[in-house]
This record gives sequence, structure tokens and C-alpha cells, in this order.
Amino acid sequence: MQKLIRIEPSNCIGCKSCELACSFRHRGEFAPSKSRIINEVFMEDAQFITVTCMQCEDPWCRKACPKGAIDKDMKSGIVTVDEVKCVGCRTCVSACPFGMIRYLPETGKADKCNLCGSEFPECVAFCPTHCLKFSEEDLPLREKVLKFARTMKDGQGEV
Amino acid sequence: MGNGWQGRLLRVNLSDKTCTIEALNMEWAAAYVGGRGLATRYLTEEVDPAVDALDAANKLIFATGPLTGTYGAANGRYMVVTKSPLTGTVACSNSGGYFPCELKYSGFDLVIVEGKAEQPLYLRIHNQYAELADAGHLWGKTTDETEDLIRAEFHGDAKVACIGPAGEKLVRYACVVNDKHRAAGRSGVGTVMGSKNLKAIAVRGTGGVGVADAPGFREAARETLKMLRQHPVTGEGLPALGTAILVNIINQSGGLPTNNSQFGTFDKAEDISGERLVQTFLKRNKGCMGCVIACGRLTKLVDPRFSGSGEGPEYETLWSLGATCGVSDMAAIVKANYLCDEYGMDTITMGSTVACAMELYQRGLITEEEVGMPLNFGDSNAMVKLVELTGKGEGFGTQLGLGSARLAESYGAPEFSMTVKKQEFPAYDGRAIQGMGLEYATSNRGACHVRGYLVSPEILGLPEKLDPQAIEGKAAWAKAFQDVTALVDSAGVCLFTTFSIGVPQVTRLLNGATGLACSEDQLMAAGERIWNMERLFNLKAGISPAQDTLPKRILDEPLPDGPMKGAVSRLPEMLPEYYRVRGWDVQGIPTTEKLAELGLA
Repeated sequence: MQKLIRIEPSNCIGCKSCELACSFRHRGEFAPSKSRIINEVFMEDAQFITVTCMQCEDPWCRKACPKGAIDKDMKSGIVTVDEVKCVGCRTCVSACPFGMIRYLPETGKADKCNLCGSEFPECVAFCPTHCLKFSEEDLPLREKVLKFARTMKDGQGEV
Repeated sequence: MGNGWQGRLLRVNLSDKTCTIEALNMEWAAAYVGGRGLATRYLTEEVDPAVDALDAANKLIFATGPLTGTYGAANGRYMVVTKSPLTGTVACSNSGGYFPCELKYSGFDLVIVEGKAEQPLYLRIHNQYAELADAGHLWGKTTDETEDLIRAEFHGDAKVACIGPAGEKLVRYACVVNDKHRAAGRSGVGTVMGSKNLKAIAVRGTGGVGVADAPGFREAARETLKMLRQHPVTGEGLPALGTAILVNIINQSGGLPTNNSQFGTFDKAEDISGERLVQTFLKRNKGCMGCVIACGRLTKLVDPRFSGSGEGPEYETLWSLGATCGVSDMAAIVKANYLCDEYGMDTITMGSTVACAMELYQRGLITEEEVGMPLNFGDSNAMVKLVELTGKGEGFGTQLGLGSARLAESYGAPEFSMTVKKQEFPAYDGRAIQGMGLEYATSNRGACHVRGYLVSPEILGLPEKLDPQAIEGKAAWAKAFQDVTALVDSAGVCLFTTFSIGVPQVTRLLNGATGLACSEDQLMAAGERIWNMERLFNLKAGISPAQDTLPKRILDEPLPDGPMKGAVSRLPEMLPEYYRVRGWDVQGIPTTEKLAELGLA
């Protein structure tokens, strides 16, 4: 099965360690504005939401690319930009409905999350609360289902 | 690649309305680490210590450290350095949130603000473009309103540090609030900002911070992350209960100053504890940028009398607006804490000043007519009302805005002000915890807990357990903690990380970032250099070593209650030893040998 970055917002503390780790790993500097994963802080609502590329099954960015520079590896599921083929036209940037692919002026190429390629995702490695997990199954979803099921179970006991 | 620094500072002259970019003095950056140390070096160079703190000739420096904006040890801090209008000493107040890193990402390490604007202005920084904008429409607005308005008109992602109405009205302990709820809180750094008619600094930075040794830096950060997450204080206690975890601990130790330090325990401590906050108004915990501890409290008030939401209260606030006012009404404390953030006031001095007024009232030195209401200890509604009046600069609030030292003095009873060098001490009784008494007396910014937090060894047993009543060796401990803290602050690291990491880890991170090969001893010496530089500033400012003392109550009145009953501060025995381990003469003046050794001669 293919692994993905799984996100459980209730564990997030809004520290943006993921943004720091990502930009340091891929851009060589701590620069949240260049991170491929984004941690948004909604202070008034006491909510922290983290978003990144979901490595779509049928990616909008790939379909949009006029140069065939974006491909999805069927084994790993990773959607990658080939920097040699990419001409920096930004068609993919317009096409992604989630804003998860961007144009980097310093490289002149499109840039997106590739789950750190063959290595363990750096954002997950530095997430202090395990709000981020890298797994085949959607573990946070499984935990939610289990919590719900346990509530149902406890209710049964009281009948 | 990089070296942790941007190598640039922004100089803002409010009188001339100019913004100029200068190269950072890298020689000073190496000798004084950054942040607190580096900014104080600039202050001593450019400001006469004898200047009136509210004069246009005083300067206000916003400073990041070489680690600010990176990861590893909650490296999201910045400091505001100036001469304090509360104490007359050097002031350095530290804050986290998101503003400090954004400032660094804009490409500036420091912002030096000088002169005085004729009309209210605010500073806008968008990467390397900086300009002063009219702030007439922001004047009078609270800190949260100000941030919203600036974001709407400047940049939706801008991070904002600003003053509230208290700073404008020159309340002596106004703070600079960033990200709505984080504060460079103590010593009136916001008062200086208000005196300059500078309402806010708004910054949008899309650049980054590079380090010299990327693999080495990453490895050091992996180690600190692990240590911070595995330690019971930074990995469990602070995330679960925040700093408020201390309410019950300090109360049980007999060191929770109650009713303006008339007692050392509070019988209703449970009602204002971190545990109670979790049961009532806590929504979730949060970290500042790059923080893996997350001691921050996001709270929302649900109460028939009060409403609002925000961050906190912290332990010190639960004490200042709570125990020392005899107040056990959690909703009222949370509300007053919000008001302090919105008006931009230091909660410690605010609450302690209300407590002082309560004691003056208790002893018949202030009348109900003067205050406008009865002012008994434990009256939570009066406490909230007075916080509001102080923020607005109305009624009796104008007198509370002077701080407890000036307030008590004006009623001929200075002994009821729980201050050192006119700054209120925080939530630890110097009689119950001897080392903290020494720390208050010798701190370079007046009474303070975050210059040398001896509660850590004396109560928490970190890094080793000391007897809080013993005085042997406390001078050396105070010096060591003060020097390490100066280093940690200056680096841009959060002090709370030092419950679990130490100088070896900070050294690795600093060397990894700057590319320098400093030894731990060299960096400890830098901490000592910073401490002595601050001391010299204070001496030149006319702060006599005779002020290295404590209120009469702490020195002479035995604690009447609790496990430390009968204790008084043994400061007179500790202070000569402290001067000796500092390498100062018997009068408390740094010797020429010591200054030469530190490169300060």
C-alpha cells in the first residue's frame, strides 16, 4: 500500500515545526513561506489546521502540465515535478484546487510535496505531538472510529 | 547556507520619519550572542544611561537572536530592550508568538527605534521595504483591534507587535503585545513605545534563515526535540497544565505570596490552579513558533458576568490578579488577564499594584472615596474594575498606573510596595525560597523571576534539589542561573526549554547556526559579560547597589503561616557572597580585573 502524511488536527499545537522542517530540508533555510506543508493558526476559533499535497489519484496538476513534467509514481503514489522538464509556466499552480503546488522564483520551477522522496518525511519527523503521521492506513481516522465505537460499547454496557 | 544572522538592522528615526538599513556589527554579535546581549550593547553605545526613559533620546530596540526563526529549542523569541520608565534600569522583555520569527524572515535581526514622532505612526516592514505610516486611526484602539485593522489595510499575513491604550497613556508598566496575546511584558517597554508615539510594528517576511552547518544543526535539533519531549516538565507538566501547574506546587511549598505578601499560602489556591483552569475555561494548549512544549493556554470565558477569549492566564497572572489580591474567582482573573492584554499592561505589576492598594485600604491609608469603591482583599469585581480603569487611564486607575512603588510612596507607606528597584516581584515569596529572594534583589531589571529561576532547583529539584531554606551556595547558583539565562535569552531560545536542555545543547545549536566554534565556557562567559554590561548600565543610570535589597516585610517580618512559617529572607548573609562570586567589590561594583577579563574595560 501507499503511504501518506496523515493529519490529526486535534493534536496540533500551532508550532509550525512542520513548516520549519520542510523548508530547511528542501530549501536549505528556515523559511515557512517556502514550505510545502502549511500550518494555519485560527486563534479566535482555537483551531490549528495543517494542509499539504494529498498526492491525488488523478492529479489536476499533472493533467494541466503542458510539458508532461508532472508524474504520479504508481508504486509509491508520489506526485513529482521533473525539474528538467518543468519550464515554470505555472499552469499547474492555477490547476490545483488546493493551492498545494507553487512556483518558486529562485528555481524558476514548480514545487510541491514529494513526501521527501525515498526518505522519511521531515515534517513528520519533527512534529512534536504526532499530529502528523506517515502511514499506509489512515491512523487518525482509525482512532476516531475506535473512539466512536468505544462510546457505543460503553453505552451498551449501561442498558 | 548562512550563519543564523541576516546581517542587517533597520534604524527607524521617528523624529525625521526615516528608515535606514545598516550592516549588523558582527563583532558585537559574536561577543554578545544576539537578542538581549546584542541589543543592550547597542543601547549602551547609543543611549546615555542617565537619560529620562521617556525622553526622545531614549531608544527602543527590537532584537532577535541568531537562533530566532530556526527549530530545535522553541527558538521563536525576541526581546525589547530600552531604558525602563518603571525602574530606571536597563529593560529587556522577552516574547514569543509568531512576530519574532516573521521579523527575522523579513531580513532584519534588529530594529532600532529612535526619536519621537509628532503624530502617532506605525512601522510597516515588507521584507526589505520599510515605511512609517499614519496611526491616527489606531490610537486609542486595543491591541487586538489594532492587529485586525493593520492586517486589513497592510497585509493579511502580517504579524503585529503593538501597544494598547495603556502604552499611549504612559502607564508605567505598559507592555508590547504581539500576536494579540503574547507580551514583552515587564518594565514598561510599551510605555517607551507610547512616549515615542509609535503604535505598532507590522511585518511581513517571506525570506528565510540559513545556518552554517546544516547537518550538524539538524542533529543538534533532533537531540533537543527528544530531550524536551521526554522530560516530565517540558514533555508532560507544561503541555498539560501550562505554567499554572505551579499554583498548587508553590502554595504547598509555603511560598505563594498572598494578600500582598502578608501570608505565604492561599487557602483557595485550588480555585486558581492550572488543574481548575483545565476544568473551566481552557480550550486547548498551544505553542509559539518552533515550540515543542506548548505551555500556552487558549481560553474562552463562559460566565454570566464576563466574556472574551484569548491566551492565558499564566501562573504569574493567576497569582498577581488572584492570590496576592486574595482573589479566588477564576473567571474574574481570566477576564482581567484579557483586559491586561487588550490594554497592553504587565499583569504582574498590575495585580501586585492592586494588592498594594488593597493593603493601603486595609490599613486605612486610602479611603473608599479616593478609590471610588470599597477595596477589600478578595473583592474580584473591584480588581477587574481597577484593571479596566488603569488601562483607560481613568479615576483611581491613573494612580495605579504608576505602579505600587510610586503609589505606596505617595501615601507615605513605601513598605507596602512589594518591589525591588520599583518593579514588583512575581509569584514566589523570597522568605520561603531564599534563592529567589537573592535573585529579586540582584536582578538587573528589578524584581524578576526570569533572570535566574532558582525555583527550578529549590522547589522542582532541577537540575538538582536544593533546600529552599538553605543559603549556602545560593550565591553561586544565582550567578550561574543568571549567566545561563542571559545566554539563552540572547540566543533567541525560550527559557522554558532549560528545564530539560542545558548549555551543551544551546552551544551545539549556536555553533551549528553561526559556524563559530565556541566552547561552553566561552558562551557562559558571554552570559557573564552580558550580565556585567547590564550592571554597568544601571550603575551609570544612578541605580545604587544599595537598591540590591528587598522590601522590609521580606527581610524583617517572619512568614506567619504555612510550611515556611517563621522564615525571613537571609539576603544580608547572601549578598556579600554574591558580590564575591561575581568578582565585584564589597560595594557591589564590578572590579576592573573582572571587567578586563570580560572585555568590558
